[in-house]
Amino acid sequence: MSTTQNRINDFVLKIATVNGTGSASANGLLMKALFRMGVPVTGKNLFPSNIQGLPTWYEVRANHQGYMSRCSRVDVMVAMNAQTYQKDLAEVSPGGFLVYDATWPRERDLNRHDITVFGVPLSKMCNENFEVARVRILMKNVMYVGVLAALLDLDLEVIKQLLQETFSSKPKLIDANLKAIMLGYEYAQKHFTCPLPIRAETMGDNTGNILITGNEAIGLGCLYAGATVGAWYPITPSTGVMDAFTSYCERFRVDPETGDRNYMIIQAEDELAAAGMVIGANWVGARAFTPTSGPGISLMSEFIGFAYYAEIPSVFINVQRVGPSTGMPTRTQQSDTMMCAYASHGDTRHPLLFPSNPHECFDMAVRAFDLAERLQTPVFLLSDLDIGMNDWMVPELDWDDAYRPDRGKVLRPDDLAEMDRFIRYLDTDGDGIPHRTLPGDDPKGAYFTRGSGHNKYGGYTEDSDEYQEILDRLLVKWDTAKTLVPDAILSPSSKKTKLGILAYGSSDGAVIEARDRLAELGIHVNYLRIRAFPFSAEVHEFLEAHDTIYVVEQNRDAQMKALLMLEANDIADRLVSILHYNGMPIPSECVVTGVSRHQGLEVAA
Amino acid sequence: MTYLARPKIELPGQKTNAIGLTLRDYEGALSTLCAGCGHDSITAALVQALWEMSLRPEMLIKMSGIGCSSKTPAYFVHGAHGFNSVHGRMPSVATGALAANRDLVGLGVSGDGDSLSIGFGQFGHVIRRNVNMLYLIENNGVYGLTKGQFSASADAGSTSKKGEVNQMQNINAVATAISMGASFVGRGFSGDREQLVPLIKSAIAHPGCAVLDVISPCVTFNDHEGSTKSYAYTREHKLRATEADLIPPRAEIRASYYAGDTYPVRLHDGSTILLKKADPDYDPTRRNNALGYLERHRRHGEIVTGVLYIDQNVPDMHEQSRSTEAPLRDLPFETLSPGRDALAELQKGMK
Ligand SMILES: Cc1ncc(C[n+]2csc(CCOP(=O)(O)OP(=O)(O)O)c2C)c(N)n1
Ligand code: SF4
Ligand SMILES: [Mg+2]
Repeated sequence: MSTTQNRINDFVLKIATVNGTGSASANGLLMKALFRMGVPVTGKNLFPSNIQGLPTWYEVRANHQGYMSRCSRVDVMVAMNAQTYQKDLAEVSPGGFLVYDATWPRERDLNRHDITVFGVPLSKMCNENFEVARVRILMKNVMYVGVLAALLDLDLEVIKQLLQETFSSKPKLIDANLKAIMLGYEYAQKHFTCPLPIRAETMGDNTGNILITGNEAIGLGCLYAGATVGAWYPITPSTGVMDAFTSYCERFRVDPETGDRNYMIIQAEDELAAAGMVIGANWVGARAFTPTSGPGISLMSEFIGFAYYAEIPSVFINVQRVGPSTGMPTRTQQSDTMMCAYASHGDTRHPLLFPSNPHECFDMAVRAFDLAERLQTPVFLLSDLDIGMNDWMVPELDWDDAYRPDRGKVLRPDDLAEMDRFIRYLDTDGDGIPHRTLPGDDPKGAYFTRGSGHNKYGGYTEDSDEYQEILDRLLVKWDTAKTLVPDAILSPSSKKTKLGILAYGSSDGAVIEARDRLAELGIHVNYLRIRAFPFSAEVHEFLEAHDTIYVVEQNRDAQMKALLMLEANDIADRLVSILHYNGMPIPSECVVTGVSRHQGLEVAA
Repeated sequence: MTYLARPKIELPGQKTNAIGLTLRDYEGALSTLCAGCGHDSITAALVQALWEMSLRPEMLIKMSGIGCSSKTPAYFVHGAHGFNSVHGRMPSVATGALAANRDLVGLGVSGDGDSLSIGFGQFGHVIRRNVNMLYLIENNGVYGLTKGQFSASADAGSTSKKGEVNQMQNINAVATAISMGASFVGRGFSGDREQLVPLIKSAIAHPGCAVLDVISPCVTFNDHEGSTKSYAYTREHKLRATEADLIPPRAEIRASYYAGDTYPVRLHDGSTILLKKADPDYDPTRRNNALGYLERHRRHGEIVTGVLYIDQNVPDMHEQSRSTEAPLRDLPFETLSPGRDALAELQKGMK
């Protein structure tokens, strides 16, 4: 697609900076300006595992159709980092535009004739207009917002309003920021033909939508679910979950008079301890969770198996990053699917929830606690860096005030009073889920929790029959889980077809966009988005109803496909993997190419 | 093997404690440990101490890791919930449990392998957080359950049953705990119940993480000549630095308690740990003094016992995190979830 044609509210803007220079607030301002103009927008951070001094990019996609996935095009590049200039220049799509700091001359060979290059003396203007060194660096970033406002026709009033809101407590900063913006804006107006053929245009006000990261949404979900204990060990990209939970707790869970806190957050010594704490707190009857990433889950594995076998509710949030090992901590993948499904030694299996955006992160965080307590088992919320750390536009979160936590089968003293005898691991109604009691309640409910072989009374056993009785009941419980987890969501094609796509989590956006493009190419596919493991009935029906099923996922080893093959019969020769695992969020082109190639069609991506 | 319930025989006129329970009410299932194992004596001391303290069984949580020692929570207070966790990780589970309900009385039983090798990290951090619990190490110098390998607490120069000499320095649980900032550290011997019972009571009453290292001979793998954790060796080399007694809240503190080498440590709940110095040189309120004393006697192969360090004013985990008085797990949902309007308000900042 050429970028020279008039394109309104359909462009990709990429900003190349150095991390630690404060570009985040400038980029946030751009995002919000587009958002307030009613334009569907997403922002993706491409950052290094480093604190200061390495290259970092921020990619904004504005798209009037609401496509949220990453798109490999770059229409406008703002090249603020001399180190990566050459690479950034090369990345601009033909017909695109590049803005750079023209304070210092560029080498001549660093040029391209198929794009338009705009030089703006940003540093020079900053040095002339601002005194303090640190302010100059910050204002240089804000200044490119002004340049872009002119080039992309962003609404200046909206930007002013945003500045006012952001710095309401520091009016001095409003003036400085506004000055920088106007300097950039006026320079661009004077020297370039503004606006560009690709530009923004107000198309509403995005009422009903918000901008949020998945990590914030999960933190908020844990707050709303009534979690009181959070234990964690810091790890990218999950840290934002506990940061968010902490700040929401400070806002909503502190007694204004006494300062007493209705929560406890424990920064554990490692992930093993974090898992133990979560299990201990849930065992006593609090809702407790731990956010972590792949390496943390590896460490927690022994405890996860314990909680499975001893039947203790617990919520594990895995914001996935790139493995194996330390891998690339600041890149995204869906490569812990298999590990989480069967984490720990022995026969273990765990419910997994796959949110595909921050809105679902919120809902599913709450759901994870309900499921964990209902099923008395560890439940995993599998997010990833793309969902967790990037800025997503999603429908506003909603809350039903009538919601009450599902605490599952818990017997309190009143219940116990009516019983002859409490038996911890007895299935009384055939759903495979026994009753539990809470420490501190009643001696009649006392039992012994152990990871060693136990019988239905919780007593130690090495008796084969007694042992197997429990293990088999856990399978009955697994069947119950299938009926309780979030169902898969079907998006049928407008045309009858025997082709299907299965995807989950953050691959959703790429699939949505790809299906439209494939339809234009005459390839029609039904789409089922898996939202949980174990697979609910719709997944099996979908598998049966299609001749070819593309399984789209962000890992090398086709982990979801492997799970499907373990759970469903005779599907191996109908499943085709479309894999993306370079660490960047999956772009829609990957799905378009994968499907069309397999269908014998070559498309230019 | 199945769960063996101990036959309950009610003797007429059996003594009851302040809440009307007999000693039997503080017992558990029959032990399956080797006859003569030190751990069983500690269990008996626990039963006695908890009964004397009139602890309500349901308020106790019995936590442990893995090992012969860690099996023992099944053998006392059948009316309390027990938690036999994974090897070396009892502290984290106890931490979470006590975070969720601060009214519970935490009692963790661990072994020297469980605490000083695989669980060394968690041992340190439960101390650092000063989680309000008794952390009892049943220390036999070996891994009993895996058949007698040296543990990290085995003294340099001591020998295994097969005659192998341990070359490595030992990790001394009490010195380590004191230097890591533990608020209560004591040592006892499974064979000295008279000393152990009040030690346990004092440790439970202490408002913070109380580490008790109890030498507990393994009759099967470490009770031979050449062992420094045998009954014979411990009896011969045991030295009392202090003696402790726990005086309940309403009891009168006589003036004589303040005299000379006897002094009371007043706890927040009004009870008093009465310490008597068996050795006038000893000062259990000063870390340096305690560590120096331990080191001097260690060099002579002596095992110092008693309350070795105490500071009842170190803030515990709940004070550190300023959590509310009521157990977190009992907070009504309405106070935890801010509701629909608050969510709408919050989201105004996300536009
Ligand atoms: C992860 C793990 N590794 C190894 C073991 C095997 N294991 C069980 S008990 C034990 C040592 C226990 O020693 P200690 O804590 O001193 O207890 P004791 O039996 O001496 O009372 C070991 C190594 C285990 N259960 N789990
Ligand atoms: S092996 Fe040792 S520690 Fe274990 S029960 Fe026997 S005597 Fe006790
Ligand atoms: Mg041992």
